[in-house]
Amino acid sequence: MTLRLQINGAERAVEADPSTPLLYVLRNDLALHGAKYGCGLGQCGACTVQVDGRAVFSCVTPAGALEGRAIRTVEGLGTAERPGVVQQAFAEEQAAQCGYCIAGMIMRAQALLDRNPSPSDDEIRAHMQPNLCRCGTHMRILRAVRRAAEMMRAGGRASR
Amino acid sequence: MTHRLPGFGLGRIRQLGVALHHKDRHVSVKTIFSRRSPTQPRGIAWARLAAALVGLVLLSAIGAWALSLRSEIAPIARPAPDSFSSEQVQRGARLAAVGDCVVCHTAEGGKPFAGGRALATPFGTLYATNLTPDERTGMGHWSLDAFRRAMREGVARNGEHLYPALPYEHFHKIDDEDLAAIYAFLMTRGAVEQRAPRNELIPPLGFRPLLAGWKMLFLRNEPFRPVPARSAEWNRGGYLVEGLGHCGGCHTPRNVLGAEQWKTPFAGGLAEGWDAPALDATNPAADRWNADALYRYLREGAHPEHGVAVGPMGPVAHALGQAAPEDVRAIAVYIDERMHPAGAPSSASLPPQHALPRPIVENIDLAARVQPLGSTVFAGACAGCHATGASMLRAGRAGMADLTALKSDSARNAVMAILSGLRTPTTDERPLMPAYGDTLSDAQIAAVAAYARARYTERPPWPDLERTVAKVRKDRSSP
Repeated sequence: MTLRLQINGAERAVEADPSTPLLYVLRNDLALHGAKYGCGLGQCGACTVQVDGRAVFSCVTPAGALEGRAIRTVEGLGTAERPGVVQQAFAEEQAAQCGYCIAGMIMRAQALLDRNPSPSDDEIRAHMQPNLCRCGTHMRILRAVRRAAEMMRAGGRASR
Repeated sequence: MTHRLPGFGLGRIRQLGVALHHKDRHVSVKTIFSRRSPTQPRGIAWARLAAALVGLVLLSAIGAWALSLRSEIAPIARPAPDSFSSEQVQRGARLAAVGDCVVCHTAEGGKPFAGGRALATPFGTLYATNLTPDERTGMGHWSLDAFRRAMREGVARNGEHLYPALPYEHFHKIDDEDLAAIYAFLMTRGAVEQRAPRNELIPPLGFRPLLAGWKMLFLRNEPFRPVPARSAEWNRGGYLVEGLGHCGGCHTPRNVLGAEQWKTPFAGGLAEGWDAPALDATNPAADRWNADALYRYLREGAHPEHGVAVGPMGPVAHALGQAAPEDVRAIAVYIDERMHPAGAPSSASLPPQHALPRPIVENIDLAARVQPLGSTVFAGACAGCHATGASMLRAGRAGMADLTALKSDSARNAVMAILSGLRTPTTDERPLMPAYGDTLSDAQIAAVAAYARARYTERPPWPDLERTVAKVRKDRSSP
């Protein structure tokens, strides 16, 4: 059936079974390859996107449940030429090693900073807890989130 | 099985909904204030209620006057750690695990036993006190006498009444020797200077002398009476369950004034937004529990045919993992007997848990027919872990048909699990359930819960499910 999804501010029509996880719709039908397939069980966070501003696991979210909701992926934050603030901060801190977790990390961090532009270290750690990085760049990721918060407070844009 | 739903008509569902909705309040009001039978006219009941309330206020006042005046127990110099034997301290550690002191008396990410954890109650927020032997902010100046009085009577060393969040309703059953061991354990912890925040209670409950009235009404000073006809293990279990373990603190319903309804012990209660299942014969999975299964669940925090201990039960099982194995065994034996009292089929005659035939309910076609939306959501959100042949079942974890939460009359725990996900300190087993509160709407959660209930149990549909979801969601955001 045809699903109508609001993705990065635009309505996209997709032919898919409504039970299809959002991740597959994004990657296979819409060629949005930022969100990654990690565990497929909502345990690792590589597939994290935003729904109505909240970070969610797209691998365990049926696309048909999201009609009328605002979906945002890492592609909605900026481009390689014009990165969003959080993307910029992750690049400057070289937070990526293999990079597989990073789109999810960025989307989760963005959800925090949109709500709370001055999070404490404890708040950052608690909020980022669901997302895993197997390379072990956690300290850089934390630095990147702190840097993004500083950049936003200094007048950067939350996102594009 | 396809005829089960039509047979369970809307009228019956409504009745059930009303009965469930009013259950707690109705029972509690009746128990404390009046003996109104359901047929008695409303006016008389209200008059009685009003009279009872006036009486209660008077009683509280008299009680407060008579009992509120508790003397201070003289401060002592902090006992040297080597004044306690290491055997006594170790015994105290294992007993403190049975009481799970540490879970309430440790702030999130804080130093163990240093207090500061917020406890949300219907009457406001209480902050746990510091149990470390710090002289200024902890128990450094407390003598064993002062500790014993606090545990048994709910009175602090300085003579102030303590709130019954400290379950002295149960702790008064702990014997002298065990109290001395717990005292020895606490007084040999590292002193942490940390003052608990001030309690934030609804006025006038911040006025502690009122607690004297509460105690007069509800605190029964009855020791645990051993039953000679029972085994030593059963008696040990009873002593621990009724006393130090304070299982009734969550598993017994409470009245409107927050006291346990001792006429219906273990009939099931509410804890931090979760239903604490009944531990008597009305437990919906009573036929699936026996002492072996209870022991494993309590000790490991999980059982492959029941699932994991979640919500406030997670930390309890985590602590019991450090208690003396024979004490946990005794607790299991005692609870087993409460679930299977004389007359009911005794679990003693059942084979060990792993040999019980495992009923697998799988009404997949029926469920998809009655809950098409739920079926769609389940396929996209749940099946990856829970479907036949999916990761959890391959790993020997509990199946959906095993879960008490799906069989219960109340949908609360199933809804809590879907909204908030599951976390537990007792197991490294993954996957653990992620939260769906941010992705699924109330209607979608109600649909998928109804679908799971129809697919994996033979129980009637939960009434008013979407309203339950909205209510649990609201409770969760404002405890």
